[in-house]
Amino acid sequence: MQQSDIDVRHVANLARLELNDDEVAVFQPQLEAIIERARSLMQLDVANIEPTAHPSPVFGRMRNDEPHESLPPSAVLQNAPDQAQSQIRVPKVVTDA
Amino acid sequence: MTLSTLRQKFLAGETTPEAALRDLANDIATRDQQTGAYLSHDLESALAEASKADLSLPLGGIPIGIKDNINVLGQPCTCGSKFLAENYLSPYDATVIRKLRAAGAIPFGRLNMDEFAMGSATENSALQTTRNPHDHSRIPGGSSGGSAAAVADRTAIATLGSDTGGSIRQPASHCGVIGLKPSYGRVSRYGLVAFASSLDQIGPLTQSVEDAAMILQAIAGFDPLDSTSLDVPVPDYLATLHDGVKGMKLGLPREYFGDGIDPGVRHTVEKTIAKLRDLGAEIVDISLPHTEHAVATYYIIAPAEASSNLSRFDGIRYGHRTKQPADIADLYRKSREEGFGPEVKRRIILGTHVLSSGYYDAYYGRAQKVRTLIRQDFENAFQKVDAIISPVAPSPARKIGAGAADPLHEYLSDIFTLSANLAGIPGISIPCGTTDFDGAKNLPVGLQILAPHLEEAKLLRIAKAAES
Repeated sequence: MQQSDIDVRHVANLARLELNDDEVAVFQPQLEAIIERARSLMQLDVANIEPTAHPSPVFGRMRNDEPHESLPPSAVLQNAPDQAQSQIRVPKVVTDA
Repeated sequence: MTLSTLRQKFLAGETTPEAALRDLANDIATRDQQTGAYLSHDLESALAEASKADLSLPLGGIPIGIKDNINVLGQPCTCGSKFLAENYLSPYDATVIRKLRAAGAIPFGRLNMDEFAMGSATENSALQTTRNPHDHSRIPGGSSGGSAAAVADRTAIATLGSDTGGSIRQPASHCGVIGLKPSYGRVSRYGLVAFASSLDQIGPLTQSVEDAAMILQAIAGFDPLDSTSLDVPVPDYLATLHDGVKGMKLGLPREYFGDGIDPGVRHTVEKTIAKLRDLGAEIVDISLPHTEHAVATYYIIAPAEASSNLSRFDGIRYGHRTKQPADIADLYRKSREEGFGPEVKRRIILGTHVLSSGYYDAYYGRAQKVRTLIRQDFENAFQKVDAIISPVAPSPARKIGAGAADPLHEYLSDIFTLSANLAGIPGISIPCGTTDFDGAKNLPVGLQILAPHLEEAKLLRIAKAAES
């Protein structure tokens, strides 16, 4: 594998994170060093090892499908940066044809 | 004053919950000017709760400080971030808060932390500097630095923190207090702002082992609102607390006692190990062979989960929203750019990278498999020993500002604590003495005890023996 290269600006865009040039200049070498360190895992033979996603011995737990109380709209909206007509307001998402 | 002492005073009529709260508020107003553990506290609402306190309950009238990433109805929950500092108030109680209230306790005060719990020094808080009460020029550790510093400064009786890679145990060690990370699944995470969901656990920071047992008793147990919490009985932790260590086998992992440990830390920890031997424990050398890979594994898995969890902070439903965005994508990008600090951005980028197409199998998939190997190391070790003993951190608290330039170096200092999160096992940090370090006198040193999954009773029992 020769994939340790990270394009910080590209990945930041995938994460919907705007970065200025100064941040890119700082993060690029720092993250390269961290990823270089992570490449040490390549030495290990993990061919027949099961992955661990979380350490709890419970999987696929379902709850009973019963209605119960949830937050009232007023409580949900109290933290919204912008709201109108009991809904959260955002900039226009669809563009005109 | 410890929690159990305060409880006795309440029951003897020597003081009241209201008086105890006023005393704490006075201490915060004076001493916390220097320490900076608290981000906020609401005395009036706490006094209203105190006036109705039921002292017959196990934690009746006891004020407990809360790390600022655990939701308490109507209170701020900044997570140490500008993103949530402007206008967020919790619309509900986390399950641990609901359980504390059911046990009679009063949540009082919001404690500083590294932004979204990412850090080991509380220097990544975007809101405030927290100083180590033992030496104000030094870090309190992190990320639960405010929770540890308040207990050490006696501006809190006890506090809650959260631990994703050592964030309860390491600040407890640096501040000379008790810090307990329960087993994964032992305590509900509902209402804890998620950092890395497969690693996070909430736990107590206290002045005594008994106090930690009392708080764990109150907050442990199954919660239908957290599908990873375990539906198993909670033992009586106080019942076995004084049973001692006679006949127990305690393992010393050779990988945790190698080069790189400060000599004063090593000496202090070894003295406590000798004490446990004198109390009847058998000390056994063991090996955790994949230790050298733990940091790399952790710093793939934790940022991967963080990048996913923190996608909810997009400026739409709560928190910071940029002014006058050009369109919806611009709103996301600029709100996040303006709201997050550098460490959070670094980890989001790292996590996004290791999860992205072409890199997923090489990094994230592989790290999950190495995580299995690390878990198996502990399972094998616990075939031979009852518990594992080690330092909490390679050195005592460093100076504020002395580590900021090199994130990788900071990550490496988490080596002794983060494996417990990868394996899901419980760990406790207890003060075991002090040492001179880096020109400073008498800095606290912590001893870490690790036990098998769900064996908190054993952990507390050993901790109690080491403490007394």
